[in-house]
Amino acid sequence: MTETSTPTGAQAHHQSVLDQGRFLIQHCPDCQKHVYFPRELCPHCGAAPLNWVAPTGHGTVYAVTTVRRKAEAGGDFNVCLVDLDEGVRLMSRVDNLAPQAVRIGQRVKARVQVNEGRGLVVFDAEKGDAA
Amino acid sequence: MSADLKALRGSAAIAGVATFGCGEAPGFTDMELLARSAHAAVTDAGLKMSDIDGLCTASGGATMWAMPVAEYLGIRPRYIDSTMIGGSSFIAHLLPAMQALRSGQCKAVLVCYGSAQRTASFGRKEVVASRKFLDPQPYETPYEPMLPPSAYALAASRHMHEFGTTRRQLAEVAVAARAWAGLNPEAFMRDPLSIDDVLNARMISDPLSVRDCCLVTDGGGAYVLVSAERAKDLPRKPVYVLGNATAVWHRQISSMHDLTVTSATESGREAFAMAGLSAKDMDMAQLYDAFTINTLLFLEDLGFCKKGEAGAFVENGAIGPGGRLAVNTNGGGLSCVHPGMYGIFALIEAVRQLRGDAGERQLKNPNTAVAHGNGGTLSSQSTAVLGTADTL
Ligand SMILES: [Zn+2]
Repeated sequence: MTETSTPTGAQAHHQSVLDQGRFLIQHCPDCQKHVYFPRELCPHCGAAPLNWVAPTGHGTVYAVTTVRRKAEAGGDFNVCLVDLDEGVRLMSRVDNLAPQAVRIGQRVKARVQVNEGRGLVVFDAEKGDAA
Repeated sequence: MSADLKALRGSAAIAGVATFGCGEAPGFTDMELLARSAHAAVTDAGLKMSDIDGLCTASGGATMWAMPVAEYLGIRPRYIDSTMIGGSSFIAHLLPAMQALRSGQCKAVLVCYGSAQRTASFGRKEVVASRKFLDPQPYETPYEPMLPPSAYALAASRHMHEFGTTRRQLAEVAVAARAWAGLNPEAFMRDPLSIDDVLNARMISDPLSVRDCCLVTDGGGAYVLVSAERAKDLPRKPVYVLGNATAVWHRQISSMHDLTVTSATESGREAFAMAGLSAKDMDMAQLYDAFTINTLLFLEDLGFCKKGEAGAFVENGAIGPGGRLAVNTNGGGLSCVHPGMYGIFALIEAVRQLRGDAGERQLKNPNTAVAHGNGGTLSSQSTAVLGTADTL
């Protein structure tokens, strides 16, 4: 799936697609690099417009923290940086493990979670890699 | 390094410095803390407010801050810089100010900052909340990172993973800062602190505990920069700016290419090249220690040790009083003062040490210092190399 021109800015387009349960990143037709977060021109070579493409969703945890929160406010939660196999990094969380069990180097798979109509990319540790 | 930049080496000097209201200053506004610091720094320089014709200032809240500052101080600057790149701003203000002095655009530049974020009713919590609208980061905010600590925690996690750095080594940074603070009557937290105290403190965002995180204080700071020729005729011992450079590579922590390598590698390389000196020539390092990981990253990136070796470098009190390298001799942002942005205080401490004004914590006859500022989430870096007349 490749879309070039969209009627809105990159941020709104990315979010509206997410709200439909789909996760798209960008790809530069000139330098052939992937781009995330979404933007109007390629941060590597300056080209525009960028194409929208579906990533495989497979990635690796690059850095990890457990944000501490009072139990009555929902308790501790994970925040991590994930490197997608396409070579881009995003902030997210690993949802199917206890926060302290998330490890750097762990293989994870993206999933779009839609809450009250709003989509968000989260990750699950892949089977056999729940270290 | 251009010949023109090298020619600026030592062309300007810091002639006056001051702080005011460090720690808690209830009943003072940001502007009032700034104004008291500014007046004291100008007086320290042997000048009057009417001598000031250059102004550099920035605010964590107000976006047009230079205008109310000029209005409040009653000055009409011929040179103005309000570049806001977070806590490194007041070190990054140096080089353009040196160029303005060199060109004759102005003759005396006041660099000033004040924040009442600890005691103000519109404090840190409200600033963080309002930034979600004024300075959005839509690709990070939905995951609710506790910013800035979680960004630094992510960097710490990566440093630990790649180099085997330990929480105990991070704790060494906080313990050394506290030991220096114990020698500084201006420092906000002066009680003895042990490695175990840091390790056992309440966790904020793993692997950082509350004792790995900077203070939230009030405080103001200011300095006055004049040409080297003029500085000779002023009352205080001039502290010359030998080098300064700034580098910005990203804003959001998720956009940082390698969480263990900051743009201090670039700002440090350029500032040292301008100065014709290197880390090994420095008698001290005043590093922006918003979190314990910062000090490790900057020791590496500025060349005090190799990448990945700062954990070992700081062990056994090596950066505390009597250690191998004097780091953050005022107690730093971890134990002395951290009113939203710390950069100006790192520079002021370097000046005080180089002038011999540091009291009980005074180093023995130092001639060189690096003062390094950081802003955002490891996003902006500015390095200044300072020296006494002996280094010219
Ligand atoms: Zn490109």
